[in-house]
Amino acid sequence: MSVSELDIKTPRQSTLAWLRSPWLFWGGLLVATWLISKFSFDIYRAFDARWIIRFPDAWQPDFETRISDFMDWLLQEAQVFGILFRDVTRGLAAVIEAPYDLVVGLLVDGVQRGQGNQAVQILPPLSWIGVIFAVTAIGHYTKSWSMAVLMAVCFSYLAVFGQWESAMMTLASVLIAVPIAAGGGLLLGVLAFRVAWVDKALRPILDLMQTVPVFAYLVPILFMFGFGPVSALVATIIYAMPPMIRVTIVALRGVPEELAELGRMVGCTPRQQMWKILVPSAKPTLMVGVNQVIMLTLNMVIIASMIGAGGLGYDVLTALRRLDIGGGVEAGLAIVVLAIALDRLSQAFSTRTVTQKAAQSKGSFLQRHRWSLLSILVIAVTGIMGLGSTWMQSYPDAAVLSTGQVWEDAIGYINVNYFDALEAMKNTLLMWFLLPLRQFFAGIPWGWGLVVTTLIGFRIGGFRLAALVFVLIGLIILTGLWGKAMTTVYLCGASVAIASIIGIPLGLLAASGATSNRVVGAFIDTLQTLPSFVYLIPVVMLFRVGDFSAMIAIVAYALAPAVRYAAHGIRSIDPQIIEAGIVSGCTRWQMMRRIKLPMIVPELLLGLNQTIMLALSMLVITALVGTRDLGQEVYIALTRANTGQGIVAGLAVAFIAITADRLLEASAKRMRKRMGLS
Amino acid sequence: MTIKRHALLECNDLWKVYGHNPEGFLKAHNGAPTSDDLHAQNMVGAVRNANVKIYEGEIFVIMGLSGSGKSTLVRCLSRLIQPTAGELIFDGQDILSKSDKQLIEIRRKRMGMVFQHFALLPHLTVLQNAAFPLEVQGMSRDAREARAREVIELVGLKGREDYYPAQLSGGQQQRVGIARSLAVEPDLWFLDEPFSALDPLIRREMQDEFIRLQGMLKKTIVFITHDFDEAIRLADRIAVMRDGEIVQIASPEELVLHPADDYVAEFTRYVPRAKVLTLGSIIRPGPVEGEVAGTLNASDRVDMVADQVERSAKDFNILDDDGAIVGHIGRREIIDVLIGREVAA
Ligand SMILES: Nc1ncnc2c1ncn2[C@@H]1O[C@H](COP(=O)(O)OP(=O)(O)OP(=O)(O)O)[C@@H](O)[C@H]1O
Ligand SMILES: [Mg+2]
Repeated sequence: MSVSELDIKTPRQSTLAWLRSPWLFWGGLLVATWLISKFSFDIYRAFDARWIIRFPDAWQPDFETRISDFMDWLLQEAQVFGILFRDVTRGLAAVIEAPYDLVVGLLVDGVQRGQGNQAVQILPPLSWIGVIFAVTAIGHYTKSWSMAVLMAVCFSYLAVFGQWESAMMTLASVLIAVPIAAGGGLLLGVLAFRVAWVDKALRPILDLMQTVPVFAYLVPILFMFGFGPVSALVATIIYAMPPMIRVTIVALRGVPEELAELGRMVGCTPRQQMWKILVPSAKPTLMVGVNQVIMLTLNMVIIASMIGAGGLGYDVLTALRRLDIGGGVEAGLAIVVLAIALDRLSQAFSTRTVTQKAAQSKGSFLQRHRWSLLSILVIAVTGIMGLGSTWMQSYPDAAVLSTGQVWEDAIGYINVNYFDALEAMKNTLLMWFLLPLRQFFAGIPWGWGLVVTTLIGFRIGGFRLAALVFVLIGLIILTGLWGKAMTTVYLCGASVAIASIIGIPLGLLAASGATSNRVVGAFIDTLQTLPSFVYLIPVVMLFRVGDFSAMIAIVAYALAPAVRYAAHGIRSIDPQIIEAGIVSGCTRWQMMRRIKLPMIVPELLLGLNQTIMLALSMLVITALVGTRDLGQEVYIALTRANTGQGIVAGLAVAFIAITADRLLEASAKRMRKRMGLS
Repeated sequence: MTIKRHALLECNDLWKVYGHNPEGFLKAHNGAPTSDDLHAQNMVGAVRNANVKIYEGEIFVIMGLSGSGKSTLVRCLSRLIQPTAGELIFDGQDILSKSDKQLIEIRRKRMGMVFQHFALLPHLTVLQNAAFPLEVQGMSRDAREARAREVIELVGLKGREDYYPAQLSGGQQQRVGIARSLAVEPDLWFLDEPFSALDPLIRREMQDEFIRLQGMLKKTIVFITHDFDEAIRLADRIAVMRDGEIVQIASPEELVLHPADDYVAEFTRYVPRAKVLTLGSIIRPGPVEGEVAGTLNASDRVDMVADQVERSAKDFNILDDDGAIVGHIGRREIIDVLIGREVAA
């Protein structure tokens, strides 16, 4: 596009313009970087200047120790309004722990007296029959018999396949985390909606939270709340709350002005205005937010299990560590089943029609509450009978079906019969794609890296962006994590490239017709419902540990936005432009190549941005399969409870994320402007 | 007319200007900027220098094209938005100086409003919607639901109390909106294009309903519409707005007979005159010479008597309110009106 613009300039200007041509800039940068990367080792040898490839220790300000010291001080001595910081965190922990213990008691442990080994069970937990009956009733209440059946099948699966206790454990943390995250998000959103400065203060924090991967705050939380379910819940809540805040603000803004006027006209006080008019009217949108919170919470279960959550996530984690294929798949599938059940249930709840509501509010007390009363009855009866016969209380071990062996066998079969094919595929990709890319990134000396990124920042977003990028990358260098950061960039870069290569055509396909849209849409929805780490299990089993497995898991996880944005981009092209293309006699291919693709580039960039964010947030999980990047650094810090190391590595990932985010956003904006789209 | 001329609501030199620092802008132009001033500074004069008196018991219709400032004016009158300048007097009290608390009190007890898109709360049933203003006031459940049932019956929705808004047609939804605004027995009733979102047949039906209700209730009403037919059907007086300014305030007949300018004339051009003009405005002077067909009142509208006059070969005497003969008419005058022939004055 800009090449044709240049044609009309006068000759003298065009020589200068040629220097500014994008091809020269990007091409030149790439070639220079490639050369420097390839020969950096030789350069270091030739000059005997090791500092070229490795940032000298002596120049590093030792952030790790300082942060560790600061955190120690925070926990030991710091005071907020005269109260020890330690006591504040303890108070918070108590607030979260009390209801959590209650729910765990109800679902898993029963009521106990005494501590540890001396504990005596006074009351058993709710019987499995009772719980299944109750969720089935809820399913029927929210939607229909088919929903009830789905719930019954899902929860029976958990019992029959021996995942009951772990699943109830996970369910308990969902039951605690979701109300707190959703409720807190709602309150903060309401506050931001009503108070201008809260909105101003929250906005940059929310932006940041969106780019900072979870594990940046995993270690500090671990440090403040100690290893255990409370830490896990806190991390989950922090992770799941920001989208709820955003959704709340958007939902409240979306309430029709007329309704707000109605409120003032009938003389609502500000509080009545909010809670009687705005929030109830915004409820359908708010429920979408709640659904998101539920899915994010489930997404967190394995990461949370690294800092002390029990349940299914912990089972998967230990299975992965032991390379216990069968156990991993079983627990992983149980999470999927739980996720599907909760997802459908919350969606059904938010799309309940008024006809249903009207029908359900009719009749006597007994009629209206027949399901809840019946559930209580079943729970009570099975509970009492469970005291006598244990199979009523908990699903009998003898009847548990294990699929573990099936999975082991299946993988064994594939490995025996298709080993060569799989191995060949893996090796080809490694040989021709991953390893060269890795060498390329690993070879870039820190000094040149800083120069290049700053230049790119300047080119795309001018002086301010360049300054930001310079500071962020400079900080990474100062921490001495340049090498690991480059490994991170390489792994994410490779995964994102492959995700785009697969995802964009899928998106184009989805946009090309109703049927393909449904198929691709269902595929993508499923991908997104599955908690991130389940991708890891089959991959590790087929390809064992290493970069290749990590990459595939990341691709599977980060694929969705590439597809979504491409499809959305195509759909939002002005139909008149398409018609203009048809009228000028474009073939299908020309249409795609000359009209559609150039038009959707900004949209693709945003999709790319999302893909990168997801890829980065997957890193700490892929650390489980032995990568050597910043994710691994965080994982190690977690296991050693080294706060400084964890925070520094987490921040480094966050800086990479922010850099990528700002660069892509700026270039998307530039392109939109050039095309007159905004 | 028999209306007692007590102004319930009155506004003087009311301005609502949108843009950067509207107060400063008004001051800089001595409180009376011209269209050019507004234009030059990129300001929108949504309401410009409005002077309106709304008398007790009348239906005051505000009309004008889209964007002419009708909604803004009404929202100033109900103080949903703060006017940039001017005076607003409700029942003898300066309402602009009221605190939020006092304002809430006034709105709760004395004003009601019906909205263009109904503004029903989707999560409440018909009954709960109608009872909502009373709920906000803290009235007990039984009392407010009893009152809500009354108004629901009044608007003809008895039997649908437990429906949700989404289960009702547009016309029924607006009936709920009307019922709700009546629940508090307001003295002053605002209706912002209440029937514009309805299709023409339903719209007529709702207008009839509205006329029926007003016949029973005798409220003071400020009614917005951009539909002149609607305006003349309902109005005692009409204010015509253009670009934020009130161009003319007059009865429907006066508007048709003496439009203040071309803009108003354009509105009235396609109005069936028979529906607006009274016999008094088309009479020939003096009593009938020769045989008399009968007598008619000067305040009768032409369309009410057209058939009767046209059937008769003879002329009619016209009486004023006191029963004195003020002139006469025949077929010819009626036909002139019906076919829109300009009568030589
Ligand atoms: N909040 C606002 N900010 C800026 N300009 C506004 C605002 N509200 C209204 N206006 C402008 O004031 C003018 C009058 O708007 P208003 O809504 O009163 O028109 P209206 O006569 O009710 O039109 P309609 O028949 O479409 O409802 C319009 O030019 C509109 O653009
Ligand atoms: Mg309007």
